[in-house]
Amino acid sequence: MTTPAETMSVPGVSSPSATRANRRPRRAGRVSMPRRRRPAKVVARRGLSMTLTYIALLAVAIVAAGPFLWMTITAFKSGQNIYDPSIKISQLTVANFVGVWEFLNIPAYLGNTVVITVGSIVIDVVLASLCAYPLACMRFPGRDVIMVLLIAAMIIPAAAGMVINYLTLSTLHLLNTLVGVILPGSLKVFSIVLLRQAYLGVPRDLIEAARIDGASELLIWRKIMMPSIMPAISTVVIFDFIGRWNEFLWPIIVLQDPAKYPLAAALQYLNGSFNYKFGYIAAGTVISIVPVLIIFIIFQKNYINAVAGAVKA
Amino acid sequence: MKLRTRTTIFAYLFMAPALVMLVLFVFLPIAGSIPLVFYDYSMIGDVEFIGLDNFRRALSDGTFHIAIVNTITFVAVVPVIQLCSIALASLVNQKLKGIVFFRTLFYVPVITSMVAVSIIWSFLFDSHGIINTWLMEWGLTNQPLGFVNSSKTAMICIMFITLWQGLGYYMMLYLAGLQSIPAEIEEAARTDGASALQVFFRIKVPMLKPYIWFCSLNSVISAVAIFDPIFVMTQGGPNNSTMVINYYSYIRAFKDFEFGYSATLGLVQAVITGLLSVVVFVYGKRNGGMTYDNAR
Repeated sequence: MTTPAETMSVPGVSSPSATRANRRPRRAGRVSMPRRRRPAKVVARRGLSMTLTYIALLAVAIVAAGPFLWMTITAFKSGQNIYDPSIKISQLTVANFVGVWEFLNIPAYLGNTVVITVGSIVIDVVLASLCAYPLACMRFPGRDVIMVLLIAAMIIPAAAGMVINYLTLSTLHLLNTLVGVILPGSLKVFSIVLLRQAYLGVPRDLIEAARIDGASELLIWRKIMMPSIMPAISTVVIFDFIGRWNEFLWPIIVLQDPAKYPLAAALQYLNGSFNYKFGYIAAGTVISIVPVLIIFIIFQKNYINAVAGAVKA
Repeated sequence: MKLRTRTTIFAYLFMAPALVMLVLFVFLPIAGSIPLVFYDYSMIGDVEFIGLDNFRRALSDGTFHIAIVNTITFVAVVPVIQLCSIALASLVNQKLKGIVFFRTLFYVPVITSMVAVSIIWSFLFDSHGIINTWLMEWGLTNQPLGFVNSSKTAMICIMFITLWQGLGYYMMLYLAGLQSIPAEIEEAARTDGASALQVFFRIKVPMLKPYIWFCSLNSVISAVAIFDPIFVMTQGGPNNSTMVINYYSYIRAFKDFEFGYSATLGLVQAVITGLLSVVVFVYGKRNGGMTYDNAR
């Protein structure tokens, strides 16, 4: 999914409310007043409302996570009765995983996905951090024009240029190649704007001091600026990872040869062609979700802060 | 003066690779797709200037008319998503043990690919699927319901899946909004004897307005561009009941290679997006949204 916030707004990565959004909430009752003893009725009512809250939370949790849970359990079931609605596993088996791994050549699809994802991330991080540096820290003619163009490009949806991008790749003989998948969408204007904000937060004295010491701009960028904006870069990496890992429309347009598909596109292919191998589809889907889930859990704080911070323009 | 020139050269050297990429793959493609609407441009045959023929064709194209109606119908999911995610955000904006775990859990559908989500749900909705099995076991229906296979309910299913996937995303944004409301305001109202509901509707909702309009705008823009679940689950069917503009123009471009006609349909889609955004924006502005000064 391309998060709409990517196209809509300038994020304040370190905006106070964004960090507040994820900070552990202050404990109730410890704010200011000295503790009073609460009447038993109030305590009982609080207990009831808390129980109701947990029931509601659990209900939503079942709706949100239930489908994933069911898919995972099904992936571990043996082939006969995949539609059996019980979540009991009488016989746990990894046959579906082994089957789909060999039958569909999952390693190859995973390889394609990794190449596309890593390639995009490298291009985005390097080019965006290079481009954002002068926009944040130098004065030169044309800077404002470029900023306006960048913001404009964020608002226009990528789909608008899809046909021409396809024709461009065709002219460059890049159709049906992974490079063709990577190139057009890899550099995100959103990343440039996000990194520019981060550069603006680096103390000016640091740069001035380095300049006085005679360091070249390239050295300043590499040794001082890049290390200082690592949190913002890690945000870019997560956004890119989740976006690219899950992307499937552009790959299926560019790639004619299904052997070159990334995992998300291959899943769709699997879904269309091997309907009877439901256990395989379930296992393949689980395999495709796990890497994103791991990355998300590791970086979730950064990611959620960035999403929340995106509203503040 | 010399230093200034040096800085300018450095600045443009740093930006050059990015600018080349953006011009090649963002600016030129957008500029280039506008003239496309006046041409009969397919991969086979000559490129021919046909004036407004593409527009005339769109006017009499029945499938396209259905796609427009379906797209606008689909946008009705936007207010539902917003209401549900505000409710969900208030639910998780409580000081409770394990609340961070629940927030994270509710966010998981957001990071999952729409392909995986669509595959999971198409099996849940299947006539032999878990939902139908349960409905029949509980005696709520005698025969399996069609869900995605019925032209009456297919669009509702797509809307439901969009809601299901988007909920966590907007929940997080509204949560940020709720947490930016100073606790003192709520405490003061409670001291004055306001009930929880009054606090919610009189204080929280008004203070959330900038977030509501921001989220609605985003939601409308992505709703008009709905594509992935249609591609994976229904292919526009059954009976064109889930045919939307974005999917139709994709078919015209990359199945039939009628790039000129597809660009025309895309232009109509862009105009609809623009109009709906302006409606949301203007309405929001009049009702005290869209200015972020009062958001803190």
